[in-house]
Amino acid sequence: MSQKVLLNSKEVNIILHRLACQLIENHNNFENTVLIGIQPRGTFLANRLAQMLREDYKIKNVKLGHLDITFFRDDFRRGEKPLEANTTDIDFLVEDKNIVFIDDVLYTGRSIRAALTAIQSFGRPNEIELLTLIDRRFSRHLPIQPNYRGRQVDAINEEKVKVNWKEHGGEDVVYLINK
Amino acid sequence: MSELSVNHLLGIKYLNQKDIQLIFETADHFKEVINRPIKKVPSLRDITIANLFFENSTRTKLSFELAEKRLSADVINFSASQSSVKKGETLIDTVNNILSMKVDMVVMRHPNAGAGMFLSQHVNASIINAGDGAHEHPTQALLDTYSIRERLGSVKGKNVVIVGDILHSRVALSNIFALQLQGANVMVCGPKTLIPKYIDKLGVKVETDLRKALNWCDVANMLRVQNERMEISYFPSTREYTQQYGVSKALLDSLNKEITIMHPGPINRGVEITSDVADSKQAIILDQVQNGVAIRMAVIYLLASKIKH
Repeated sequence: MSQKVLLNSKEVNIILHRLACQLIENHNNFENTVLIGIQPRGTFLANRLAQMLREDYKIKNVKLGHLDITFFRDDFRRGEKPLEANTTDIDFLVEDKNIVFIDDVLYTGRSIRAALTAIQSFGRPNEIELLTLIDRRFSRHLPIQPNYRGRQVDAINEEKVKVNWKEHGGEDVVYLINK
Repeated sequence: MSELSVNHLLGIKYLNQKDIQLIFETADHFKEVINRPIKKVPSLRDITIANLFFENSTRTKLSFELAEKRLSADVINFSASQSSVKKGETLIDTVNNILSMKVDMVVMRHPNAGAGMFLSQHVNASIINAGDGAHEHPTQALLDTYSIRERLGSVKGKNVVIVGDILHSRVALSNIFALQLQGANVMVCGPKTLIPKYIDKLGVKVETDLRKALNWCDVANMLRVQNERMEISYFPSTREYTQQYGVSKALLDSLNKEITIMHPGPINRGVEITSDVADSKQAIILDQVQNGVAIRMAVIYLLASKIKH
């Protein structure tokens, strides 16, 4: 197994600031916008972006939620491992809101498909956008594309993209791992 | 994530501590789901479940059916009173006929102890025991202990007394197993005639004085007197039973601490507990009912994940 660094800590930081600025460009003061991190790994990115928007860009009312998609996935009973559920934490209605889904890696698009169904349990949003740190293009199973992307990566199926956050110990870094 | 150690839920006796932990953690997620504006998830859309009730039931049947529907399973219902069982069909024939309609899971209540176990050995479907005679009622014990965990933070180290008709109760046996597995101290309390001989061999305390039992416990689980299972008289009169083993607000107020009151339902108001107790803040009877749906969703979901596509 070999791994190479796709993005180091400094590059991750620059990209996060760019993504935050792009969000501000489209959503102004976030009055009618909510950020939804997709469990489990999208929540780190969502938390970080929300913190950045509040502290670095002084936007007061950034609403943030976490959405678990386990019960909406299309591979229940089809894999070797049982599906592990996580906490959903959305303490607001999404009716008529502009939602930004946030996930660390966009690969087949199936998680986002599940998230699109899952979010309907919380109301009918006005529109939904997708923000992803890493976009593995050419590997999509569904017609889903991000509105905001940190970095596009061409990786083959045997390779894995792993995002490590400093909240998890270590530092912010993105690896491409050859299995 | 680990998975259940069993393919059927026949009784708490066959579960281990990790299984219960996994069921509770999964139920936490489903509890959040059933409090959403839209309370349904699509996980089990390709699973068919048969609810076979060979004995009367209201809340368990409703609770299972709701849990199945909230998971998007297809549901068929069967009750013995309207079926060919009365025409002399055997249990295996009845179930095999239903399974030939491509059913993946069976939820069964049956008046005979061991019916679920018997079925699991003879048919190819996942079986959930919804009560077999006076033997076990595992989902009730799971939701009871889940409710204790919710109210008191944990089950471990708590003193729990089960009061009333222990002899005819499947809830009592399943609760004893579930409570002990989670590290609670268990006592049974009731008239001697309604406490099975040798129950102390299960490691439970036995008490016939209700006041002493209530002073000892953190939680009292009040069972219903199952008149329908009694062929002989076990106590002189309902009135005398209530005087000795009924819990009233005055009795609760005279204790040296506040205890939690549970009841698996249906309540005979004025017999095992008075109305003011049933409706008091100390009672978590309606929480138990709400938790029942989440627990059953968790059990069904976890067992269904073991049925391979």
